[in-house]
Amino acid sequence: MKKTYKIEVDCANCANKMEDAARNTAGVKNAVVNFMMQKMIVEYEEGADAKEVIAEVIRNCKKVEDDCEIYL
Amino acid sequence: MNKKQKKMLVRIIIAAVLMVTLNFVPAKGVLRFGLYLIPYLIIGYDILRKAWKGILNRQVFDENFLMAVATLGAIAVAIYDNGDYTEAIAVMLFYQIGEFFQSYAVGKSRKNISALMDIRPDYANVEKDGELVRVDPDEVEVGTVIIVQPGEKVPIDGVIIEGSSTLNTSALTGESMPREALAGNEVISGCINMTGVLKIETTKEFGESTVSKILELVENSSSRKSKSEDFISKFAKYYTPAVCYSALALAVLPPLVRMLAMGLAPQWGDWIYRALTFLVISCPCALVISIPLSFFAGIGGASKEGVLVKGSNYLETLSKTKCVVFDKTGTLTQGVFEVNAVHHNQIEKEKLIEYAALAESASSHPISKSLKNAYGKEIDRLRVREIQEISGNGVIAIVDGKEIAAGNDKLMKRLNVAYKNCHLIGTVIHVAIDGEYAGHIIISDVVKPTAKQAIHAIKKAGVERTVMLTGDAKAVAGQVADELGMDEVYGELLPGDKVEKVEELLEKRDGYGKLAFVGDGINDAPVLGRADIGIAMGAMGSDAAIEAADVVLMDDDPMKIAKAIKISRKCIRIVYQNIAFALGVKGICLVLGAVGIANMWLAIFADVGVMIIAILNAIRALFVKNL
Repeated sequence: MKKTYKIEVDCANCANKMEDAARNTAGVKNAVVNFMMQKMIVEYEEGADAKEVIAEVIRNCKKVEDDCEIYL
Repeated sequence: MNKKQKKMLVRIIIAAVLMVTLNFVPAKGVLRFGLYLIPYLIIGYDILRKAWKGILNRQVFDENFLMAVATLGAIAVAIYDNGDYTEAIAVMLFYQIGEFFQSYAVGKSRKNISALMDIRPDYANVEKDGELVRVDPDEVEVGTVIIVQPGEKVPIDGVIIEGSSTLNTSALTGESMPREALAGNEVISGCINMTGVLKIETTKEFGESTVSKILELVENSSSRKSKSEDFISKFAKYYTPAVCYSALALAVLPPLVRMLAMGLAPQWGDWIYRALTFLVISCPCALVISIPLSFFAGIGGASKEGVLVKGSNYLETLSKTKCVVFDKTGTLTQGVFEVNAVHHNQIEKEKLIEYAALAESASSHPISKSLKNAYGKEIDRLRVREIQEISGNGVIAIVDGKEIAAGNDKLMKRLNVAYKNCHLIGTVIHVAIDGEYAGHIIISDVVKPTAKQAIHAIKKAGVERTVMLTGDAKAVAGQVADELGMDEVYGELLPGDKVEKVEELLEKRDGYGKLAFVGDGINDAPVLGRADIGIAMGAMGSDAAIEAADVVLMDDDPMKIAKAIKISRKCIRIVYQNIAFALGVKGICLVLGAVGIANMWLAIFADVGVMIIAILNAIRALFVKNL
């Protein structure tokens, strides 16, 4: 399952870091951050609970870049 | 400017003014330190906070950390050395100016590019109780009648049921020639209605309409990252820690060596200062921002020209194309058969075509259609009697009381009519009137008017080999290929053979350059998928083509292929320029910083200046109109 989220992040390197953080979250199969369009596309693992996983993704992203938002 | 940016601008101005004013305040010692701390904190508090949080989260090596250490270090050196705090504030100030500019430029170009693709219709007009009501296009169901007034965009794909107009398709195709639209025609969303009121019965939902598909495609395209982008983000991952450790080494090792091995004064302040300039130079922002921005601008500019690229990676591959393989029909030729010539005619050309068209009038064969088109007038069936179709030969009919036989050489032999062979290639229709040979008509597929020019332009853009594949007879294929100046041609191929042929070509090239395949996207989806890059053309309204290809040309002009290649080359050139420029300047400044020639100011240029130049260069990728 794939979901697209609107995000807010100011610098391109931070976007890359968010991408990494999201990818390394359990339950995430793949994640792409599109800095130019300010979007994050998260592909969930089979059977993962999207709500729980995205909450964890947000936590991990906040760790690497405090100044970011992911809108659900 | 958004709220965040405005706040930043205010902070920048206040800090700059304070910094300059403090130069004229003759404070000394602790008071001086305290005064200078005010602008430093105004401009840098968020950086310090982020750096601190980074440390808490074990994410040490980021730009915030670099800047925090560099400026705090500079302040420490200033306390110990000379009381010149301006440098530390200036570094923070310029860093923030750089960030501000970056955020502004990216926001601006994001907006510009979105405006370029401003084909999203905001509303649809629906008639309710005799009145026009504006509704959200999303709410319009399939089969609803919508009304499009002059000057409005067609919001949803459909069929015209009433009215006629001319449509401007330039937002979709980049083509400025307006199209005629009459009742019964299909129209696609995104066109602008120019002259008359149209009543359109929708055939698709808004989400499935052309305009939505295109927007989705363009918006998602920068999510498919190119190799250059991957390279840079990997590079940035190792680069920042590497520079931090080098800076640490630079601060500690030389003084220790001087002190212990050489017996000289350690000059701690000097080496720490050099290490700090190192940190300022090292920021990877210029690289990390300019590359996605270049691709984004390139893709945006291309879509304005009617070239939709599905991802940054495809733009990159396209730029490396050395061999272009074309499908003939529908790509280089129009795919419609037309009367090409009339030979050995005993009567007027027009008369001959008229007789042939009338005789063939009952047939639904494509040949009969092209004869009818060439005749150009309504067929008067009353003039034709006793039509007999002789399968595989042709027809014999009585037209205006004369016996007309129209067909191939077999028919002529059957009727014992002496016929003449033709030197031209195509389908030959011999015509005999009352048993006398009256000449023949040649019908063939017509080469697109810009095809030859396009092949030339493609070669000029740096493509070394052009290949044509077709299911047509070898003779026909050879003639078209010669006319267009193709390097290789393969005829009589079944659709499956085309995949094999492309695989063979790929193998022969052995990874040298990339191979692009251009087709009309209707029955060549497997080939589009097999080539390094698949280009579908004439995609207006064809979902299959949009689905199968990597690059979609909205109209069917082959010149667009050359344009697409040129756009990709320009974009990649800019990407490489930026990589080389940023790495080069930073490399030089790092060396200068290490040996002590570069000061903080040069370091700021290497960071912020390079970033601004790289961003401006990246935006250049947007301007592709005159390529």
